Amino acid sequence: MNANAIKAMLTSAAVVALSCGAAVAEQEPAPGVLVINGDIEITTEVKAPDYIDGLDMAYSGWRFRASETQAFELDDFDNPGMIFVEEAQVVWDTVDGSEGKSCASCHDGPESMKGVRAVYPKWNEAAGKVTTIEDEINNCRTTRMGAEAWDYNSDTIRSMNGLITLQSRGMPVNVAVDGPAKETWEKGKELYYARTGQLELSCANCHEDHYGDLIRAEVLSQGQINGFPVYRLKDSVLTGVHNRFKGCVRDTRAETYSPGSDEFRALELYVSSRGNGLSVEGPSVRN
Amino acid sequence: MAADAKPRVKVPKSAAAGEVITIKTLISHIMESGQRKDKDGNKIPRSIINRFTCDFNGQNVIDITLEPAISTNPYFEFDATVPEAGEFKFTWYDDDGSVYEDSKPISVG
Repeated sequence: MNANAIKAMLTSAAVVALSCGAAVAEQEPAPGVLVINGDIEITTEVKAPDYIDGLDMAYSGWRFRASETQAFELDDFDNPGMIFVEEAQVVWDTVDGSEGKSCASCHDGPESMKGVRAVYPKWNEAAGKVTTIEDEINNCRTTRMGAEAWDYNSDTIRSMNGLITLQSRGMPVNVAVDGPAKETWEKGKELYYARTGQLELSCANCHEDHYGDLIRAEVLSQGQINGFPVYRLKDSVLTGVHNRFKGCVRDTRAETYSPGSDEFRALELYVSSRGNGLSVEGPSVRN
Repeated sequence: MAADAKPRVKVPKSAAAGEVITIKTLISHIMESGQRKDKDGNKIPRSIINRFTCDFNGQNVIDITLEPAISTNPYFEFDATVPEAGEFKFTWYDDDGSVYEDSKPISVG
């Protein structure tokens, strides 16, 4: 065997070793097709947008869950998140505040909210910043209904978000990352890659570098938020995006930002954009 | 009466005579176990659904005793044979004496 042949063998061994390393770093989820109520087809994988460097494909968190958890979403009757949507429907029709209005007074049925969830967070010209669905709910309550704003992370606002989100279920997430929202998006990106806490972990360390791998007993997802608000089996209520962010940041042993803070707004916009093209899936079910 | 208790059932609208169908039921309920304490250390009193029954045309299909360890919003899924057209009647019994009912007709053919 001549020197060249040995060199070639060593090179191919190195290539094998490298590709093994990549396979350990991120693992594609098992194939799976999500059709809700035998009717609504949900896109759970899509080519990641060009402006996302760290992902080739975007996968909904549904794909990383165990089959028993996945099954909750196949039929709305089995989806515990729907209980909260039903509660929100009652609130939707209930008059509150000094103006004597309910949501329905201006918006008729919640069907009028179709498409909203797909494009939020979104630039609000009047507010001069990027706002979330929670912000817009409270904007309606304070400026049009003459009612008090709900706490950003209250059960009521999460349920209402669930009702609004449901109207867009199956539509592709399509948040704008350019124009006036660009600055906020850049800030969100910076936060996504910023290491925080005693453990010095960024979002990307887990959700970009190690999705599909185990973190203790759980399989890491890409941290996509197309399924929010999400019914978490451990919480038995709908969870909002910011609340989930808070839990993740806390787990890096950092002081967290608050739900409703500008930091989490920016992060929500950026993380949403990582899943542009995935279907709106909320209210989804996760563990 | 627990303010948030609301029963839901899912039964096929029709079936063939003698067919086995799947019934799904869920009631929203806090199912407070009676084992927990509030912030001040006082015991939170037990408040659960303690019994669930399903009858078909007066004949009992299923009769379940619920215990405090059952989670919030109890869900039951079970099979039933449909010999004839009729009505499924569902009843939930609350610790506080409230009774929640729902019913679903089913046709045969």
